[in-house]
Amino acid sequence: MPGPADVARPDYYHKVVDCQWACPAHTNVPEYLRLIAQGRYTESYLLNRESNVFPGILGRTCDRPCEPACRRGRVDGTPVAICRLKRVAADLRDDITEYLPKAPSIRNGKRIALIGAGPSSLTVANDLLPMGYEVVIYEQHPRAGGLMRFNIPSFRLPEQVLDDETNYIIDMGAEVHYNTKVESLKGLLDDGFDAVYVGSGAPKGKELDIPGRWDDAAKSHIHIGIEWLGSVHFGHIDTIAPRVLIIGVGNTAMDCCRTSRRLGGVDTTVVARRSRPYFKASPWELEDAEEETIHIVENHAPKRFVIENGKLVGMEFEQLVWSEKDGKQVSTVTATVILPCDEVILAIGQDNAFPWIERDIGITFDKWGMPVVDKVTMESTRAGVFFGGDAAWGPQNIIWAVEHGHQAAISIHQHCEGRPVTDRPPQGMHLESTKMGMHAWAYSNDFNPSPRAKMQHAELVERFSKLGLEVELGFTAEQTATEVERCLNCDIETHFASKLCIECDACVDVCPVSCLTITPNVESEFDLRTTLSAPALNLAQPLYVSESLPQTKRVMVKDEDICLHCGLCAERCPTAAWDMAKFALVIPYASAMDAPVAVNP
Amino acid sequence: MTSIAKPPIRHPGLKTNSLGLTPRDYEGVMSTLCAGCGHDSVTAALVQSMWELAIPPHRAAKMSGIGCSSKTTAYFMKQSHGFNSVHGRMPSVASGANAANRALTYIGVSGDGDSLSIGLGQLCHAIRRNVRMLYVIENNGVYGLTKGQFSASADIGSTSKKGDANVQPPIDPVLLALTLGATFVARGFSGDKAQLIPILKAGLSHNGLALVDVISPCVTFNDHEGSTKSYAFTREHEVEIAAADFVPLRREITIPASDTTVQVVQMHDGSTVRFRRLEDGYDPTNRDLAYAHVRACQARGEMATGLLFIDENGADMHAVAKTVDTPLAELPFETLCPGQTALQALMEKYR
Repeated sequence: MPGPADVARPDYYHKVVDCQWACPAHTNVPEYLRLIAQGRYTESYLLNRESNVFPGILGRTCDRPCEPACRRGRVDGTPVAICRLKRVAADLRDDITEYLPKAPSIRNGKRIALIGAGPSSLTVANDLLPMGYEVVIYEQHPRAGGLMRFNIPSFRLPEQVLDDETNYIIDMGAEVHYNTKVESLKGLLDDGFDAVYVGSGAPKGKELDIPGRWDDAAKSHIHIGIEWLGSVHFGHIDTIAPRVLIIGVGNTAMDCCRTSRRLGGVDTTVVARRSRPYFKASPWELEDAEEETIHIVENHAPKRFVIENGKLVGMEFEQLVWSEKDGKQVSTVTATVILPCDEVILAIGQDNAFPWIERDIGITFDKWGMPVVDKVTMESTRAGVFFGGDAAWGPQNIIWAVEHGHQAAISIHQHCEGRPVTDRPPQGMHLESTKMGMHAWAYSNDFNPSPRAKMQHAELVERFSKLGLEVELGFTAEQTATEVERCLNCDIETHFASKLCIECDACVDVCPVSCLTITPNVESEFDLRTTLSAPALNLAQPLYVSESLPQTKRVMVKDEDICLHCGLCAERCPTAAWDMAKFALVIPYASAMDAPVAVNP
Repeated sequence: MTSIAKPPIRHPGLKTNSLGLTPRDYEGVMSTLCAGCGHDSVTAALVQSMWELAIPPHRAAKMSGIGCSSKTTAYFMKQSHGFNSVHGRMPSVASGANAANRALTYIGVSGDGDSLSIGLGQLCHAIRRNVRMLYVIENNGVYGLTKGQFSASADIGSTSKKGDANVQPPIDPVLLALTLGATFVARGFSGDKAQLIPILKAGLSHNGLALVDVISPCVTFNDHEGSTKSYAFTREHEVEIAAADFVPLRREITIPASDTTVQVVQMHDGSTVRFRRLEDGYDPTNRDLAYAHVRACQARGEMATGLLFIDENGADMHAVAKTVDTPLAELPFETLCPGQTALQALMEKYR
């Protein structure tokens, strides 16, 4: 028989907070949105920083796993603009330097080497420096930030934002060796570090080895996307010919095409093998590119580079039609077509490359040349050597890199303390009633029917005339005030005390979205799902099943799927069996490994 | 009372009825009753019943008097007609409205104060006339709006919140209705919608006055230990005598011939009520038997619930008065009021 639900376990209520559950770093989204609503931008920023370390950067560039998960999307079709509200907190914060953790003047005697100064390495440094660790970072480029600096164009991420947030960490006392490429891991290990963290990213753009690629006339007009973006960043490239083809349709392709458009590629076309639903780029990045008059061509597979009279004049493509066969997508070529161009940028993915890691030092690599890394501890097959970010399992995104950094920091601390790295600190939770009086709650419980706020963009003419001009202008004060109220406060949990229930049905009757049912319990959860006030067909969302109710021994069942957290059940409950209790997940970090479990609404 | 109105968002899986409406389209404004009031559950049961019967909201009229129960007509079918009458006078206003427009569905909501004290005479005569309406008495045994004095339906020995026991005998609307010749008598409990909704639906389809006494606990003044109309007491002492399933006209029904525990009563509009007899020998079409059963239950300290009596052959007010089929409200003025000459001719007959 299903239930009773164990709500004292952090996982139960955590899963109800869809955004937080979906975020790799488990950022406490509803709480930081409420802080924004109250104008407490600094507090909101600091709460963000605890888990995601780079709120200003992520508020502009995050892949936003939280937004597709957002309950609001299931309620009225569009999620809360979580990511851009994060930017609001970052943009409007006060000087936060005094609130940042400080490294103690007396170190703990452990030295850690971090390879690369990208988001994952910096997160490790952020977590370990305040604990007294000596952190040494090796960065091949002259500045910190890694991919965030060299591959994300400044019209999406202004340099100042990046500098601020990387400096917060480096200024805690990291020893950074810029322009220093690590040539041998063995050499580094011989230097006597207590642990080494490899956060070197996936720096090698994929090649497209088709006829004409290496033709002397063509090759200087064919670029690898991430290298080209890097060259633009350093000022080595500041112009491009008018007709440009971008091969690939991921987020790097989007950065390439939009940069190309600004450097003179007035006729820039993105060419994809698949159709739009299969594009890897985020929908909003595709929209932004199309707004900048970028053409996107679907279902074209590159066949060869066309060279005439010693000059690259175009690319030949096979036009594809996709169909499903045995559950797999297969393509059929219907025709070939030549798209004229002057330059080509390849943005079809990235590979890892570890030529600098010796294969005889105890680090096992798999058949694809990737290190074997433990998914939980981030440890390689050699004790004390950890991997994270894109270096661990290939290209993911910034927020995953941050989470890898947090987990690796815990492992490094365990390793240095002589404890098994597999000993993971547990998550904890706080649960606290938000009742402030008769039908008064410590959160704004009314439903705001406004549509999602639309980001204002700089004028196209301005954008194209100035490469570094940030396109997104940020939300206005009015937009912010409305958008934060769209949040359904999923962390304010409907907390039920079975023993107080008199089964008057008041909560069942008042629930606007038919979440609640009092029913005899049945054998299987599936049967229960079909017999509720409204069928609970979203199997990804849990059913709350209470203990037996005192009077009839039936159970209270709640379908968590589209609960608005409006609190009407609790307002209509005569015995306070329902309460609206604020759930706060306590996430363990290297510096705070003992997570308390407190359930006391 | 709640701090906010119910958000206009509904579950995407909610079904629609034949009018394309969801149950939420049958709701009214937010209730201002106490949290946990049984009346709100009755309102929810009414919403569900009207929705299931696909009654067009603009073809219904909600009638009520004064009291907590009478407020509830505002809490459902906000697009329907309604009349909030003087205390206890809902039956006459409903009779008048029904006389003028027999085509509407009438839903009267009243309480034990409104119908068994100040309006008792009115109730009796509406039953006598067999006005075609659903007459719901939300019965909680206390005057809630005036802070919990015993009402006319309070049982002997039932205690007030402060502990004083009631000494006067109660008026039982079910027994009263049976003696007055009511053609549809039922009792439900606000905490048991599975039983209440089919009764309400059958009542709405009944050709005459359908009296439904609903035990509807007052959470504020009458839900304590010692009360005989609390949630807990009602759950312990209610005995369902005849469970009714209402089968609307549209759905074909087949009953195995051998199933002697099921008795089918045909409603005038072609729909049916199926009784599952839970007690041996109970016949819901036998008035004397019904009366005896309810009395016997009472003597045992039990509360008989279910659709207790039904007589679908009774003549309603319009049949007795031999009014025309067309609602008076729709008759052309010349027909409705034929003028001085016609009046004089009529008067001549009585000279």
